[in-house]
Amino acid sequence: MVTVRVNVTLKPSLLDSAGRTVAKSLQDLSFDEVEDVRIGKTITLQVSEFDEGRVKAMCDKLLANPVIENYTFEVVD
Amino acid sequence: MKIAVIQFPGSNCDQDALWSLRSDLGVEAEYVWHGERSLAGFDGAFIPGGFTYGDYLRCGAIAGQSQVMQAVREMADSGRPVLGACNGFQILCETGILPGALVQNIDQRFVCKTIHLRTENRDSAWTTKCPDVLPIPVAHGEGRFVADDETLRELNGDGRVAFRYCDEAGDLTEESNFNGSVESIAGVLNKRGNVLGMMPHPERVTSKKIGSEAGLPIISGFLSVLANA
Repeated sequence: MVTVRVNVTLKPSLLDSAGRTVAKSLQDLSFDEVEDVRIGKTITLQVSEFDEGRVKAMCDKLLANPVIENYTFEVVD
Repeated sequence: MKIAVIQFPGSNCDQDALWSLRSDLGVEAEYVWHGERSLAGFDGAFIPGGFTYGDYLRCGAIAGQSQVMQAVREMADSGRPVLGACNGFQILCETGILPGALVQNIDQRFVCKTIHLRTENRDSAWTTKCPDVLPIPVAHGEGRFVADDETLRELNGDGRVAFRYCDEAGDLTEESNFNGSVESIAGVLNKRGNVLGMMPHPERVTSKKIGSEAGLPIISGFLSVLANA
């Protein structure tokens, strides 16, 4: 079994309204160094074998929406 | 004429859709479960609102992969009428039948109220009977329409923006664009003009008995599109 971690993020050109709210909250807590926050999601897959092309297809077909999101993935131990 | 009202786990505007078609538009309408492969015998499809599959992953993402959506795509390709309202719009964008995507409202709030729409293009069979400004309910947390610049140029250039959020007078203001959609876009058409997706709920206002029939001109688009098909 192989563990694949997929990281999905909103494209930088899109306003991340949840991220903006969290940034404001951190600033309110006096973490003044925070300039921006972006929130993504991590999807952890357990697969019987790793095939880069097939994981890419999973991302393109379902896990990420190419209109609004970017993704990366890596095999983790 | 018979319209399919597509049902998914988590659809919740399916009854409103069915009865707006049957009682108020006066056409035949039947539910079709998402596992169906065929829409044979139907002349159009209504994808109703709701929270299909709990909005898991992205709104409409999982419903977009269901069996019935291939049949909806074929119906769309054949020029017959397809309407998606709210979650139905999100599903149509997720499948790529309509361009763009719907993301979280700009202020993070779920908004449930009556807003105003400005009819942008009355050349479309879906909008031909719509007045300049129409009051319509919305109920969504993720209705901010986004699209890249090239897509926007295409939508504007081809007259495929059906509706924009406006104020009561029909003016586009920052306040009237309550969910932060790009260019206040509330509804768009496919290239051929037979598929309409919109975040507001026309099926909730098709009878004066329940307060308003402002949505009836949009629902009657099923007839107008079919007449042109």
